[in-house]
Amino acid sequence: MSMEQIIDKYFRPGRLPHIWCPGCGNGVITGAIVKAIDKVGLDQNAVAVISGIGCSSRASGYLDFNTVHSAHGRAIPVATGVKLADPSLNVVVITGDGDATAIGGNHLIHAARRNIDMTVVLYNNSIYGMTGGQYSPMTPLGSKATTAPYATIEHDFNVTELVKAAGATFVARATTFHTQILIDLIAKGIQHKGFSFIEAVSACPISFGRQNKMGGPDAMMMWQRDHAVPLAAWEKLNDEQRQGKFPIGILYEDTSRMEYTEAYDQLIAKAQGGKK
Amino acid sequence: MSLKIITKRCKGCGVCAAFCPKKVLAVNEIEKIEAVAEENCIKCGQCELRCPDYAIFVEK
Repeated sequence: MSMEQIIDKYFRPGRLPHIWCPGCGNGVITGAIVKAIDKVGLDQNAVAVISGIGCSSRASGYLDFNTVHSAHGRAIPVATGVKLADPSLNVVVITGDGDATAIGGNHLIHAARRNIDMTVVLYNNSIYGMTGGQYSPMTPLGSKATTAPYATIEHDFNVTELVKAAGATFVARATTFHTQILIDLIAKGIQHKGFSFIEAVSACPISFGRQNKMGGPDAMMMWQRDHAVPLAAWEKLNDEQRQGKFPIGILYEDTSRMEYTEAYDQLIAKAQGGKK
Repeated sequence: MSLKIITKRCKGCGVCAAFCPKKVLAVNEIEKIEAVAEENCIKCGQCELRCPDYAIFVEK
């Protein structure tokens, strides 16, 4: 299928153009998700897309799967319920940096701890874009925001390390500039059995870029190109060379831990003593 | 015709024009993308890959 046919197939008819600002990376990531789903070859009716609240989470309204646009920070609990109710579904969670790491922070770490089979795609635009550019837990230290006019003094989360420490079994990162890598990583995350987490570094030219004088959408994508380092090259860098840069690729993968719905089924069988 | 531009979806962000290696694309005065030198297009697909609005497709 051509890209155009993929978009026509997986987007709800008549919903485009979407609401996102000119040059917003969210469109690139949402496109990458449907291309990844198409690449894996999933049945459209066997996919559930759950999103929270925020710019990123508007995506579920455009996509033609089983979708839930849930409450702020609560995409992962809703997705956990969907997955437990029907483990045959392929659950994809769309969330943002504020949604997943601030109000939904606890849900994120506990879903990772349980290793429940779902693919979380975190759209990291470094800011609360929809509400006017307040700083989020993932706004880089020293960046300006509406609520930090003299620049933020808070350190940002390294969310990939956070979910890895919490127990996620597939952790990856890509950017909207590295679109093909992003598509491949989301596809691998979907195929992975267990909690998969993909941080998609996105550009918010309006709420973040403008306040931080990062230039237009194209300049912000070039910033991603210049600051993202493939993991193999990242490992050869010393601490000084790593300053301000971040690794992309599959950062962590573990296939040894049991997946939650599988463990749950075993528990049911054990409790029933083999009788049905 | 190798480029298909869906003008209704285009928001004129200029990402496709910035990443086009052959300078085929430009944002016009009504802030929509336009193929100004389509004969130079090498169908690399960079525009299609990064368009946030699914407004440009390369027909191969």
